[in-house]
Amino acid sequence: MKLYETVIGLEVHVELATKTKIFCGCTTAFGGAPNTHICPVCTGMPGSLPVLNKKVVEYAMAAGLACGCEITRRTKFDRKNYFYPDLPKAYQVSQLYLPICRDGKIEIETAAGKKEIGIHEIHMEEDAGKLIHDDWDDCTLIDYNRCGVPLIEIVSNPDMRSAEEAVAYLEKLRLILKYIGVSDCKMQEGALRADVNLSVREMGSTEFGTRTEMKNLNSFKAIARAIEGERKRQIEVLEYGKKVIQETRRWDDNKDTSFSMRTKEDAMDYRYFPEPDLVPVEIDEEWLTLIKEKEPELRDAKRKRYQEEYQIPAYDAGILTASKRMADLFEETIQICGKPKEVSNWLMVETMRLLKEAEQDVDDITIPPKKLAALIEMIDQGKINRTVGKEVFEHIFKEDVDPKEYVRRNGLSINQDDGRLREVIQSVIQNNPQSVSDYHSGKKKAIGYLIGQTMFYLKGKADPAKVRMLMEAEL
Amino acid sequence: MMGRGEKMEITIKPEMAKKIEIADKIERAKKTQITQITACELGKLIKERKISAVEAMEEQLAAIKKRETDYQCYLTVAEEEALEEAKRVQAGIDSGMYADSPLAGVPIAVKDNICTKGIRTTCASKMLENFIPPYDATVIRRLKEAGMVMIGKVNMDEFAMGSTTETSYFKQTKNPWDITRVPGGSSGGAAAAVAAEEAFLALGSDTGGSIRQPSSFCGVTGLKPTYGTVSRYGLIAYASSLDQIGPIGRDVTDCAALLEAIAGSDPYDSTCVASKTSAYRGALGNDISGMRIGIPNGYLSEGLEEAVKEKILKASEVFEQKGAKVEFFDLPAFTYAIPAYYVIASAEASSNLSRFDGVKYGYRTPEFENLKELYEKTRSEGFGDEVKRRMMIGAFVLSSGYYDAYYNKALKVKAVIKKAFDQAFSNYDMILGPTAPTTAPKLGESLVDPLKMYLGDIYTVSVNLAGLPAISLPCGEDGNGMPVGMQLIGKPFGEKIILQAAYSFEQTRGYKRPFDR
Amino acid sequence: MIITGETIDYVAALAKIQLSEEERLRAKKDLGEIIGYMERMNELDTTDVEPMSHAFPLSNVFREDEITNGDEREAMLLNAPNQKDGYFVVPKTVE
Repeated sequence: MKLYETVIGLEVHVELATKTKIFCGCTTAFGGAPNTHICPVCTGMPGSLPVLNKKVVEYAMAAGLACGCEITRRTKFDRKNYFYPDLPKAYQVSQLYLPICRDGKIEIETAAGKKEIGIHEIHMEEDAGKLIHDDWDDCTLIDYNRCGVPLIEIVSNPDMRSAEEAVAYLEKLRLILKYIGVSDCKMQEGALRADVNLSVREMGSTEFGTRTEMKNLNSFKAIARAIEGERKRQIEVLEYGKKVIQETRRWDDNKDTSFSMRTKEDAMDYRYFPEPDLVPVEIDEEWLTLIKEKEPELRDAKRKRYQEEYQIPAYDAGILTASKRMADLFEETIQICGKPKEVSNWLMVETMRLLKEAEQDVDDITIPPKKLAALIEMIDQGKINRTVGKEVFEHIFKEDVDPKEYVRRNGLSINQDDGRLREVIQSVIQNNPQSVSDYHSGKKKAIGYLIGQTMFYLKGKADPAKVRMLMEAEL
Repeated sequence: MMGRGEKMEITIKPEMAKKIEIADKIERAKKTQITQITACELGKLIKERKISAVEAMEEQLAAIKKRETDYQCYLTVAEEEALEEAKRVQAGIDSGMYADSPLAGVPIAVKDNICTKGIRTTCASKMLENFIPPYDATVIRRLKEAGMVMIGKVNMDEFAMGSTTETSYFKQTKNPWDITRVPGGSSGGAAAAVAAEEAFLALGSDTGGSIRQPSSFCGVTGLKPTYGTVSRYGLIAYASSLDQIGPIGRDVTDCAALLEAIAGSDPYDSTCVASKTSAYRGALGNDISGMRIGIPNGYLSEGLEEAVKEKILKASEVFEQKGAKVEFFDLPAFTYAIPAYYVIASAEASSNLSRFDGVKYGYRTPEFENLKELYEKTRSEGFGDEVKRRMMIGAFVLSSGYYDAYYNKALKVKAVIKKAFDQAFSNYDMILGPTAPTTAPKLGESLVDPLKMYLGDIYTVSVNLAGLPAISLPCGEDGNGMPVGMQLIGKPFGEKIILQAAYSFEQTRGYKRPFDR
Repeated sequence: MIITGETIDYVAALAKIQLSEEERLRAKKDLGEIIGYMERMNELDTTDVEPMSHAFPLSNVFREDEITNGDEREAMLLNAPNQKDGYFVVPKTVE
């Protein structure tokens, strides 16, 4: 068998985090009873007209800037015409001739090292409705709630050569988009979907082979498997001396193979033409500057800054910046209480442990920075010890309790009364003569046991350092 | 008797004279039917409590009942709703509302491609035979705000595609001047209803002449506003970049008053951002001296009926007598307007009408095996021949491999035409010409040869391509006594100028009813 | 451009229209004439002319990202030829 190279390009559809749809004032909220988020515009009622949501343009611009794209100063919408029940107007308002962003790139990192993936373009368009197959009545049900939700389609160049690279690209893209806040990228809700364009060619060849397109893959695992499966299929076709047909295929993750989706009689001639119901969008320097100024610091810059500014180790900085949510929490907390190393520890260790326990995502963290800062301050001031601190933290994490209130109510604060502490120490000394004599005979370690006993009687509400100091004095 | 008359003459004071004049007017109106006066006259009588909105509507409905059998203007007469609304408006008038609205209480007909909430809107197509819009078009909301009362929905060519109203799925509207002739189209029902006094006013839509040409054929006045003046929200689209809603009335004043009520920007239509201009009637004056009027040379050549040409030249003399300066000039690009228009309009139509697929609303074929059959049978059975023809033309000119040669070329031709008009308007305040090359043809003559029918739009389509305002008003009759219409084309948002010139011309020639023949 | 039977079949498929043999022949003749007439545009030199989709230079018409619509399901389903449990219904789509 010859050696083959896989060539992959991705078309990623991302639902934007606007409150309303792209062309009407219906909510974009996920879920909802079928067809309760619809109006004459998004159901394509005769006579209805679209009016563009300004936020969609701004989010698309922000995405383009974050991916290093050129922003098209005069951008327009076009109609893509085809019949399908999820498309109520029988055309999708999209952008063909003048997409809003072009010629960008993002850097990915795999085991093989760093690599740039080119972004061919980003365009704005409307999402379609949802079809549900009703096996009971052997029919298809249509829900237009998603119809008209704003999307950006990010089209990469055919720069990827493996499933690993494709997944790295998608992960990087997701991170960027979440960082700039234009999408929550929840794949389980369909907020990020990828179509894979794939071809194979003999190693060393400079010509591209015939590509196929696999649609709507909605998990990174499925994408990786689909790439692997389709690569093998195409190589097999070529090895049998046949030709790959340019077509759209559907990946069946259960059967681990792809199927041809459309029959030949369905001519795919979309008859794009400029959307006459919408006017062009002109982006001037002022508007662009405004969006640029709002652009948040991206992960790579943040990671570097954490290392330099806060002396956080590279590994830790990596984890803290892996999501915008975590990085924001980190920065907001140190704004209040300083102590970056301490804050980092709580986030890196306890937070990650509790997240894992609860099977939650980093984005689900709800800890208010104020409360974390208050907790850290209490420990620092010796009001509670670290063990108690962990207990309090767990309750902040799970129930959003107020740390001060919680410590007070549960009587967890360290006993500051030296008199009481001295009493307990004296009684421990009296009750453990063996350990006391061990200590005096040079087995200094015996003090550990005595301190432990003291802490036991005090139910942990004491500063071990202080106990040691007083114990040594008493002995 | 003489003595009494003499005595009266001596004692009449000016206020009394006015009262007598009004009483006389009402007396005359009663004799000649209230439905015969203009919309603004009726609006005034209603304001003066000489007649109520309900009475006016009752009179209008009675006239419709009497004449509909002959003319077939309406697809839906919403009698109950109309009387109900008239009552509501009258109560409003009684409580001091609608003070600034000259048309409050006036019955109006609406072309059946404008969505009316709760009232069937068919586009004269089997496809929408039972379609009840869940919302009102913006213009319908504006009519209501102005206190106008909708009588019902009037006939048209199916989806506004046609020049005769013969492509309507439901009925054949007749020209009130001669019931063997067409009323024109596509707003044929609207123009015929106004001419036949089955409505005081009507809202039509104009994509390539659909207000102006039937107005011309029916001897009434119709205005196609500048693109972007009137909201298209709720107008069932034929060709989105060309469609405009506009008024049809029995005189220029009525058209100006109705335009005032419906014009103005709308947050639901991205292409309608013209600020609300409320002074169209204010522009109506007799003095047009010094106005520069251009007549394109090509407008009076090949294909133009002699009688029409003669009336247009006569009209130009009238303008000259009134002190306007009339000149001939070259506008060669306009001959390319028809092909460009049909490319663009068909392309947009093919896309706009794809939504009629039997899924969300409208006709659905009763028997189908699968989705493909549902689509194809629904659309084949639901649409008439002319609509199918334009959808196929539209699909062709946009299809892969032909886009540049046809659609993109048409957009370039459009740019050339727009530029030619811009140049003309640097020399002239308006352009004068015929509305249509002929008067109304006989029923059944036009659909045989679609291309020939398209060529009849020669004077109107270029106006839509360039987005300009234009008015058609009667300027005489041909040898058969059929009305001839002249067209005045204005510069962008130059409605006031053409309304003024039209008004001035109207003063030289009284309104002629079809019943006066 | 000569409009063939295949052209008619193709555009009818794009427009989702079925034609009887008679309609197909008629369409071939009509479209042939009409599209032939459209080619007159080629007589006009449009070199260096920008295609114009809007007659007036209008741009940047937006709405703010604010929810203005509530649940209009009942009204939107009012005209549906077939509905079930709040959904529009079509024959099973082939996946």
